[in-house]
Amino acid sequence: MKIKVRDTGGVRIMDLEGKITIGSGDVELRKQVEDAIGAGRLHLLLNLGGVSHIDSSGIGEMVGCFTTLARKGGKMKLLNLTQKINDILQVTQLITVFDVFDNETEAVASFKS
Amino acid sequence: MLSSYENIELAEHVLSEMCGSNKVEEEVTYWVGMALREALANAVKHGNKLNPEKRVFVHMVLHPGAELRIEVEDEGQGFDPESVADPTAPSNLLRSSGRGIYYMRQFMDVVSFGSGERGGTRLELVKKLNGRRAK
Repeated sequence: MKIKVRDTGGVRIMDLEGKITIGSGDVELRKQVEDAIGAGRLHLLLNLGGVSHIDSSGIGEMVGCFTTLARKGGKMKLLNLTQKINDILQVTQLITVFDVFDNETEAVASFKS
Repeated sequence: MLSSYENIELAEHVLSEMCGSNKVEEEVTYWVGMALREALANAVKHGNKLNPEKRVFVHMVLHPGAELRIEVEDEGQGFDPESVADPTAPSNLLRSSGRGIYYMRQFMDVVSFGSGERGGTRLELVKKLNGRRAK
């Protein structure tokens, strides 16, 4: 998986591309989130538009990052879910946990509210 | 296959090729592929405890237009699927693990656990194709 990191309006945006699956993308995602927390970036927006596959480990990693950030007073939100990732979050009812956006500007602004 | 995560990619690639050459719908291939990934990840991680000397046996049979049947067997100590909590229960929603079997059950028509000949877990996955073929 490739992760491009950029900071906009106090929000760290991670553009994810490829697979977030066991043994590869899941570990990379955790490391990037740990780096963001270490840098004091507690508002994270994961752009999943380029993610082709995610498995239960990848989903678990996202949930773990979400709760870690919440414990530190931060927030993690999701941007550009593909239909398949939306379905995967729906069946385990995680869609009710995450704030999901289709528009980056609106997503970034939502962290201020 | 040997117990490594890299081999999960290989098995999924084989499944994808098999489905593609037999005109299985792309959507079906995707979800069966996800179920296969979950089955193999469980076998490698929980069954064989990432022991590279232990193997995972994968058997895939496709009856075009009828069904796709996958068997996965590990060399672990066996497993009780009833011990896995419902990941959609409110108290489990934020757990970082425990969703793999649930996903398999969502995406396949049959998910059946049993004991393998080698003492580990034997998992059978079936997807009914109901006569549907890709164009």
